[in-house]
Amino acid sequence: MPNLVTAADRVNDFVIKFANVNGTGSASANSLIMKAIFRMGVPVTGKNYFPSNIQGLPTWYEIRVTREAYAARAGRVDIMVAMNAETYSKDVREVASGGYLIFDATWPRSALLQRGDITVIGVPLAQMVNENFDGVRNRILLKNIAYAGVVAALIDLDPGIIDTMLKESYGKKPKLLDSNTKALRLGYDYAKQHLGCPLPLRVEKMDKTRGHIMIDGNTAAGLGCVYAGATVGAWYPITPSTSLMDAFKSFCERYRVDAETGERNFAVIQAEDELAAIGMVLGASWNGARAFTPTSGPGISLMNEFLGLAYYAEVPCVIFDVQRVGPSTGMPTRTQQSDIMLCAYASHGDTRHVLLFPANPEECFYMAVQAFDLAERLQTPVFVMSDLDIGMNDWMCRDLKWDDAYRPDRGKILSAEELADLDRFYRYVDRDDDAITYRTLPGVNPKGAYFTRGSGHNQYGAYTEDSAEYQVVLDRLKRKFSTAARYVPKPEIIGKGDNKIGIVSIGSCDGAVHEAIDVLARQKIAVDYMRIKAFPFGHDVETFLSLHATIFVVEQNRDAQLRSLLTLETAVDKSKLKSILSYSGFPMSCDPIVDGIRATLPDAPRLSAITGKGAR
Amino acid sequence: MSFINKPKIAHPSLPTNALGMTRRQYEGSMSTLCAGCGHDSVTAAIIEACWGLDMRPEQLVKLSGIGCSSKTTAYFVSGSHGFNAVHGRMPSIASGANAANRSLTYVGISGDGDSLSIGLGQLVHAIRRNVNMLYLIENNGVYGLTKGQFSASADIGTKAKRGDVNQSPPIDPVLLALSLGATFVARGFSGDKAQLVPLIQAGMRHNGFALIDVLSPCVTFNDHEGSTKSYTFTREHYHPAMEADFVPPAQEISVDYPAGEAIPVELHDGSRVVLRKLGASYDPADRSAAYAFIENKLKHNEYVTGLIHIEESGKTEFHTLNRSSSTPLNRIPYEKLSPGGAALEKLLGRYR
Repeated sequence: MPNLVTAADRVNDFVIKFANVNGTGSASANSLIMKAIFRMGVPVTGKNYFPSNIQGLPTWYEIRVTREAYAARAGRVDIMVAMNAETYSKDVREVASGGYLIFDATWPRSALLQRGDITVIGVPLAQMVNENFDGVRNRILLKNIAYAGVVAALIDLDPGIIDTMLKESYGKKPKLLDSNTKALRLGYDYAKQHLGCPLPLRVEKMDKTRGHIMIDGNTAAGLGCVYAGATVGAWYPITPSTSLMDAFKSFCERYRVDAETGERNFAVIQAEDELAAIGMVLGASWNGARAFTPTSGPGISLMNEFLGLAYYAEVPCVIFDVQRVGPSTGMPTRTQQSDIMLCAYASHGDTRHVLLFPANPEECFYMAVQAFDLAERLQTPVFVMSDLDIGMNDWMCRDLKWDDAYRPDRGKILSAEELADLDRFYRYVDRDDDAITYRTLPGVNPKGAYFTRGSGHNQYGAYTEDSAEYQVVLDRLKRKFSTAARYVPKPEIIGKGDNKIGIVSIGSCDGAVHEAIDVLARQKIAVDYMRIKAFPFGHDVETFLSLHATIFVVEQNRDAQLRSLLTLETAVDKSKLKSILSYSGFPMSCDPIVDGIRATLPDAPRLSAITGKGAR
Repeated sequence: MSFINKPKIAHPSLPTNALGMTRRQYEGSMSTLCAGCGHDSVTAAIIEACWGLDMRPEQLVKLSGIGCSSKTTAYFVSGSHGFNAVHGRMPSIASGANAANRSLTYVGISGDGDSLSIGLGQLVHAIRRNVNMLYLIENNGVYGLTKGQFSASADIGTKAKRGDVNQSPPIDPVLLALSLGATFVARGFSGDKAQLVPLIQAGMRHNGFALIDVLSPCVTFNDHEGSTKSYTFTREHYHPAMEADFVPPAQEISVDYPAGEAIPVELHDGSRVVLRKLGASYDPADRSAAYAFIENKLKHNEYVTGLIHIEESGKTEFHTLNRSSSTPLNRIPYEKLSPGGAALEKLLGRYR
C-alpha cells in the first residue's frame, strides 16, 4: 500500500516505538536515542508506557521526532523496535502502513513477516551481543545499547553526539564506557553494512532546541518547590507522584545543606499513609513553613477529611495531584485527568478548592511556586493538577528562568510587633473586606494565640453552634473564593473570539489541541482556543464561553468532568458545550479532536479518511 | 453556653512564677465537660505544670483530636496556639508542626477512642518517628461524646451502661508504647495531681516522644454496676499504689509521697481504677522488665502509675535524625532557601 506522503515529508517527522520487557534496562538506551535527537536540534518527545510492575512485563517507549515541535502523542508508529517476543503480534499490528519493524533475528520469527505493507528488518542482536560479552545481566543490558546503535544508523543520528553522551554517562566508569561503546558500535556497524541506511524516516540537524531542555514535570515541580522556599514535604509513595518528592529531596541535598555544619534546611517525611501526609503538611503550614505533599487520586481520596478542615479552618497547603487512571486503583501507570471533580469539591460539607492546571513541565515549575503564593495569600488548599504524562515523561520545554527578585507572598501574617499594637486579635474577622483574614503563627506573641478548629466557629475564632455566627464565617469563605478567582492565573486564549467554534481544554491536552488547530486550519476550519489554567474560573473564562456558539471541551476522562465544572461554576448554556473525551490511559493525540470537530460540520469527511490516520 | 469568659481578676497575693505570672494566667476558657470529669483534673495538672516550668505561653503548642479529652486544650493556657485536628489525626498535625518549628513545646491531648481506635495508626507512627512532644491520653474506657460505647481500652467483661458486655481484649497504651520503643512512658491518674504534675513537666522536657496514659474516669457513662471502672468494682479490687520516685532529666521534681508508704487512691468519684505506684527497686531504664511488670499487674486489674520507662532519646529524635537546621525551618530566611537564578541556569545543563 503506497504512502500518501513522500519520503522527504517524513524527515524529522516520525515516531519510533520501542517494545521492551520491563526491568531489562532499556530505558537508558531509549533515552539515549531521544536525547541524541534533541541535541541534533530537532524537537522530540519521549513517552513511556510502562506497567505497574518491577520486572518481566511489557513496556514501551515512544519517541516522536517532530520538526513542528508538537508536544502530543502522534497516534501512529512508523518504526517499531520489537524487542519483546510476548508482544510481537500486537506490536506488528501497530506499525503504520509503509513503516518499519526491527526485531532480533537471532531466532526466526516467521509470524513477524505476515504484513506485506511494512518493511521488516531483522538484526541478530542477541547473537552479536553473546559473541562479544559475558554475563547474563550484562548481555541483556548491552543488547539494548546494540539496538540503539542499529536505530542510530537507520535514522541517521550523529555518532559523535552519541559518543559524547556515552562519555557523559560513563565517563567515571571506563569499563562500562568501553562495553557500551562497543555494543553501540556492533549495532551501528551492522546496520551500516547490511541495511539500507538511512531510512527515508530520518533525522536531519535543525536549530529548534536551543534554549530548551528535556525535563519531566515531577522533576520540574520538585525544583519549583525548592525555589518556592518549601521546607517541609510529607508524602506517601504512590505512582505517578513519587518522583516529585525524590526530585525535591535530591535538589535539597544539593542546595539546602549547610556546607560547614551539614545541617539541612528541609525535612522530608515519609508518612504512614496519605492521611498522615496531609496532616503533616497542615501542621507545618499552620506553623509557618511552606509545606506540600505530592500524591495521586487514591491519596486525594484518603486526604478528604483533612482537606475540609484546611478549607474551613483556613490553613494553607499545597497538594500536587499527579493524576493517573481511576477509578479505584485503576491503571496506576497510565494517564488521565479524572480527579477534577474530586479535587474541586474535596471533603464533606460545602467546600471548594483552588486548582491549577499545568500543561507541561515548564508550567509545573512556575505553578509550584505560584501554588505556595496562592495558598498563603488565600489561606486555603491549592491543588496543582498534573498528570502522569506531564509528571513522568520527558518534555521539551523552554529553559526555566528564575528572577532573583522573587520573594514569597506569605499573605496576611501578623508579626510580633503588629500583634503588640493590636488591642485584641481575632482570627476570622474580615478587616480588609476581601474575605481574607489575618493569621498568626505559634511562638510569636501570646496575643496572637487562637484555637484552630474544624468545629463550628465564629469570626472571633470561638466555638459556636449559633446559626448566624456560623453563617458569617461560611459566607465569607464563599466570598473568599471569589477573591481567589481574581488571584489565580488567567486562561491562555488563542484567537480573537471571532470564530464561531471554540475549544476549551486543560493541562496535558494542550499539545493535542495545538496540533488539531493546525490540522483544522489546513482544512480551512478556524477555531479559537482557551486553555484554562485555574479554578475558580475568572471573568475571562466566562467571556470566552459567551463569545462562542459551539464549544468543544477537550479532556482526558470519561465523564466530562471539566465540562461539568464549567456548567456548575459559570453561566454558560450547557447545550453549547460538546465533549471530546479521551480516557484510554494513553496521552491524547490530536485525532479525536480533529475528528470530533469535523464530525459536527456539514460535508466534512472524517480526517482519518483523508490521511489514513488510525483512530485507535 | 459553650463559650464563657472567666473573670480575669487576680488577687495581688497570688503566687507568681519566674515570669511574674500567676496560675490563673495559664488557664483557658471555661470547661464544658460534665461536673466531676477526670479530664478537668488533668487540665488543672497541666496548668500547674506549665506555671511551675515558667513556660512562656507562646512557647507552648496545644494539639488534640476529637472527643471529650480533645476539647480540653481550650481549657488551659489561652496564650498558646491550639489546633483541634480531625478525629485520631492529631499526631500528624503535631509531627508537621514540630518539623516546621523545633523550638516550641508540643503537647497533644487525646483520649482512648481518639488514640487507640481511629487514631492508632498515627499514634504508633508518631512514637516510631520519635517526634519531640508530650502525648497525653485521657483514658476512661468509653466514648463520652457519643454516649457510652466501649473504647478499645475497655476491659474484657466490663459492662456498658446499656448492658452490653465487652468481649474484646483492651489495648493498653503503656504496653503499646513500650513495645514500640518509646523513650518516655508513664501512667498517671487524674485524681493524683501531686504525681501527675511532675510527670507532665518531665514529659514536656523530655527530648523525644513522651507518652502519659492518664486514667481519667468518666462520671457519666462508666459508673454503673458491672463496669470494671465503677465505684463498687474499684473498691473491691482496690490496691494501694506504691511510691513513684520520679526525677526528671532536667531538674528534680519533688513528689508528695513519703517513700515506702502506700497511697490510698481515694478517687473523688469512686472510680474502680486500681492504681499502683512503682516500688523503690523498680528500674525505669529497663524496658523489657518494665513491660513484664506492667503486663503482669494488668492481668490482675492493677494499674501501675508513675514514670514507667525513660531512656535517653536525643539520638533518635526526629530532627536529630533529619540533621535539621538548629534554626527552626519556618524561620530560615528565603535567601537561604532559594538556590538563585545562576544555580538554575547551571543546573539546566543536566537536561540538555
